Amino acid sequence: MILGSINPAVLMAALMVAATPILLAAIGELVVEKAGVLNLGVEGMMIMGACVGFIIAVNTGSPFIGFIGAALGGIALSLLFALLTQALMTNQVASGLALTLFGLGLTALLGQQYVGITPPRTPKLDLGPLSDIPFLGRALFTHDIVVYLTIALVGAVWWFLKYSRAGMILRAVGENHDAAHALGYHVKRVRVLAIMFGGACAGLGGAYLSLIRVPQWTEGMTVGAGWIALALVVFASWRPWRAMAGAYLFGGIVVLQLNLQAAGVRIPVEYLSMSPYLITILVLVIISSGKGRGLNAPGSLNKPFHASS
Amino acid sequence: MKKLLTAAVLSAALATPVLADTTKVGFIYIGPVGDFGWTAGHDRARQELQDHFGDAVETNIVENVDYGADAERVMTQMALSGTDVIFAASFGYGPDVNAVAGRFPNVHFQHATGYIQEHDNISLYDARFYEGRAVLGHIAGKMTETNTIGYIASYPIPAVISGINSAYLHAKAVNPDVNFRIIWTYSWFDPALEADAAETLIEQGADVIMQHTDSTAAVRVAEDAGVMAFGQASDMVEFGPTAHLSAIVDRWAPYYISRIQAVKDGTWEAQNSWMGFADGVIEMAPWNDRIPAELQQEADALIAAIAAGEYHPFTGPLNRQDGTPWLADGEVAEDGDLASMNFYVEGITQELPN
Amino acid sequence: MIRLEKRKEPSKFWRIANPFLAVVLTMLAGGVMFAMLGKDPIVAIRLIFFDPIFSETFGSYSRPQLLIKSAPLILIAVGLAIGFKANVWNIGAEGQYIIGALFGAGVALAFFPAPGAHIFPLMVLAGALGGFLWAMIPAILKTRFNTNEILVSLLLVYVAERILAAMALGLMRNPDIAGFPGSRDLRRYEAAHNAELFAGTGIHWGVVAALIAVIFAYAMMTRHMLGFHIQLAGQAPRAARFGGVAPARLVVICLGIAGALAGLAGMFEVSGPGGQVRIEFASGYGFTAIIVAFLGRLNPFGIVLAGLLLGLTYIGGELGQMMLQLPGAAIQVFQGMLLFFLLALDFQTNYRLRLTKGVRA
Repeated sequence: MILGSINPAVLMAALMVAATPILLAAIGELVVEKAGVLNLGVEGMMIMGACVGFIIAVNTGSPFIGFIGAALGGIALSLLFALLTQALMTNQVASGLALTLFGLGLTALLGQQYVGITPPRTPKLDLGPLSDIPFLGRALFTHDIVVYLTIALVGAVWWFLKYSRAGMILRAVGENHDAAHALGYHVKRVRVLAIMFGGACAGLGGAYLSLIRVPQWTEGMTVGAGWIALALVVFASWRPWRAMAGAYLFGGIVVLQLNLQAAGVRIPVEYLSMSPYLITILVLVIISSGKGRGLNAPGSLNKPFHASS
Repeated sequence: MKKLLTAAVLSAALATPVLADTTKVGFIYIGPVGDFGWTAGHDRARQELQDHFGDAVETNIVENVDYGADAERVMTQMALSGTDVIFAASFGYGPDVNAVAGRFPNVHFQHATGYIQEHDNISLYDARFYEGRAVLGHIAGKMTETNTIGYIASYPIPAVISGINSAYLHAKAVNPDVNFRIIWTYSWFDPALEADAAETLIEQGADVIMQHTDSTAAVRVAEDAGVMAFGQASDMVEFGPTAHLSAIVDRWAPYYISRIQAVKDGTWEAQNSWMGFADGVIEMAPWNDRIPAELQQEADALIAAIAAGEYHPFTGPLNRQDGTPWLADGEVAEDGDLASMNFYVEGITQELPN
Repeated sequence: MIRLEKRKEPSKFWRIANPFLAVVLTMLAGGVMFAMLGKDPIVAIRLIFFDPIFSETFGSYSRPQLLIKSAPLILIAVGLAIGFKANVWNIGAEGQYIIGALFGAGVALAFFPAPGAHIFPLMVLAGALGGFLWAMIPAILKTRFNTNEILVSLLLVYVAERILAAMALGLMRNPDIAGFPGSRDLRRYEAAHNAELFAGTGIHWGVVAALIAVIFAYAMMTRHMLGFHIQLAGQAPRAARFGGVAPARLVVICLGIAGALAGLAGMFEVSGPGGQVRIEFASGYGFTAIIVAFLGRLNPFGIVLAGLLLGLTYIGGELGQMMLQLPGAAIQVFQGMLLFFLLALDFQTNYRLRLTKGVRA
């Protein structure tokens, strides 16, 4: 009886949903890092999106406008980071951490009047006959639209980085900003745009939590999701599809852990609950030790750029 | 409220002497007042207290105070600033409350859910949440069609364990086939994880979800999945009008008001109060209409019997999970045993962590 | 168009003036926020910045508290700064802090209730060892498998938090009070208690350790070959390699020092102000210390000032909540503003503003 009660199709469906917010934030941060910037403020931008998205959705009655607001909220906070690190040349690690602290406080203040109410419902996507397919229907075709848009976004980022000219410039800026500058590319402009994209994605990830997944507003409700997103980027060695695989793996371990508990498997729970982190570390080790220099980190990551000429 | 705040600002700004009969009351909270859970429950009571006494009390709060040095410092500063009564609204403040109370014998300390009482200016207070859990268990046992009840639990501490046991026993009493599935989240508040946990339990056959964690996520998941759920600490019906059967609502206000009145009357004494339905400290949120009238009456009767002291939710014969006897026929559990409960009762199939 | 021009020499004037300017700007911006919340901004700022030190009611109590609050931040930040100088990014000090506390408390609980002057020193060693070992995990993974230390150290924070919860509920639980989570109160076990060394001063062994660490770090970074290697590896990794500096060794040393100091901080906290192993023992010191390290410009003495300043806003923030009903969140925003201004103004140390005509930046 024990493991029989775990349905793999349901497990798959659940992990896709669990992974969506961290994947959204991670894909944004991936682009930021590809441009050579390390923004540790993902958690702050996520909570900003969760809060602003919630407030706007409640006031307009439209979750869609809420999501747009969330992206703008994330962008607003990311611009603060851009101002500090790009214009004023502050240290990226410290600025990112300060951003998280600031975002957590600001949203707690903004959202005070919004505790204990429900946001407008995001309509379910009806995929008709697709969702009736055995196994796959339940696993893949029963989600809300954001789950699919997120996958599309991963694809778009992959295409953008690999095939588009703008993506090539972005990578060049991240790889070697001095060379990119010498070639006449606007290093700072590219980076600011990348940072804004990261902010928008993190904001959307936060709003997915406050508008669809949970849905409620409570301060601090992201509870560390932004940090997981950061880990995913490196876990993915800065490759979009791997980020998705990583998010699904992480979501999968969380969901599996819960399933094993509910099924009554006799594993010490207090240690089981740390398994997602341990397994992520393990995979990280395997990936990074696999090839000679398999890490693929952007060359100028976390280095300040100042055009001296 | 706004007016009160402005008044408080003015009094602080102009250093107006506080009226002699104004009682100054400080609250320290482990979480933010906006948590919609544990801390929000205490702050609701603070507001009722303020409304009740009007200008005759001044209340101050400090949120997000960690246990240890921070708590000790905040309480000391409260005492130094002339606070008459300090409510420390979380279990972990115990050692800190006792340290500060020793240094300020004229300040009255009220410590929620604690157990250390070394000075005669400390009162302890707690709520018999297991009484509420008994009612939830009874309703759940009757309402479930799959005979599977899902339970989202935070940390394996006595208050949570006794809640699970109480709910299980009363579900079992009305439905011998009932089966509990329990997930420990090792967190008091993680909305996304609680949503995942609720979904997992539902997928594994649960059609009633109970929770001992703070977020509203599980109620909403239950609503979407078309199953039933109980809220936690506050009435969460807003999040699942169909699913939400009821909730145990924390209501500390009657107690807070009585304690401040005692301070004003000069009758305050150190106590150890463990209060339940009888004291109005726990209440049930309004029954959902889908609960049949007959069952609503049973639940009301159960509450009345507990409140009147005619029935105790832990009455023997009861065995521990391993089959060893715990309470003999007709024997009622001692408060001390309940407050330190660290085992499941017989019938729960999962193992208790640790 | 305004653009930045790099100074040939960092400006000495701005180096000193910036923190003051930042505090003034924070007071202005924060004052506006407090006014918007309907609070008297002048009272709010007085409560946060002045009353903890100068108030007649609180001062004599709060001044020592400032040391208690700032000491762990400084102790951790000093170690982190050494690593940051060498481009070793340990952001998991919180985990090392927790494990250090658990090791230290573990020794104490193992000896309980025996008296003995050897117990506290053993706890100190164990605390340092715990933090050191926990930091060795990212260090070894980095040197052996080239695994990114930022992530491993960060992920290990979550693991450490769960170990802490398991310990508070299980192995280290106080057996005298059945069922309740949390270990024995170490403040009540004389041989293990990290008490105040001079009554009423707030000075406990952790404060002393922080002071020693600051001096030691300063001496190492300015006078010792290792300090030179660390600076070189951070500024010019290639040159460092040609100069015979083994990068792997530096990673181990930097993470090791930071881990040991964070572990010590945890141990002094759990045996003193914190009092016991409990689920919620960790309160973010490890993360706040990263900000302290940068605010102090990775300089040991700068870190002391940064730690004290941040400690002040914590204590003052509590007063602001208590005396003026400021929401806790407003205090957090206020701290965020302070950090932004401190970081933002720092550019004046290394750059100057120039008005130019339409040159692209």
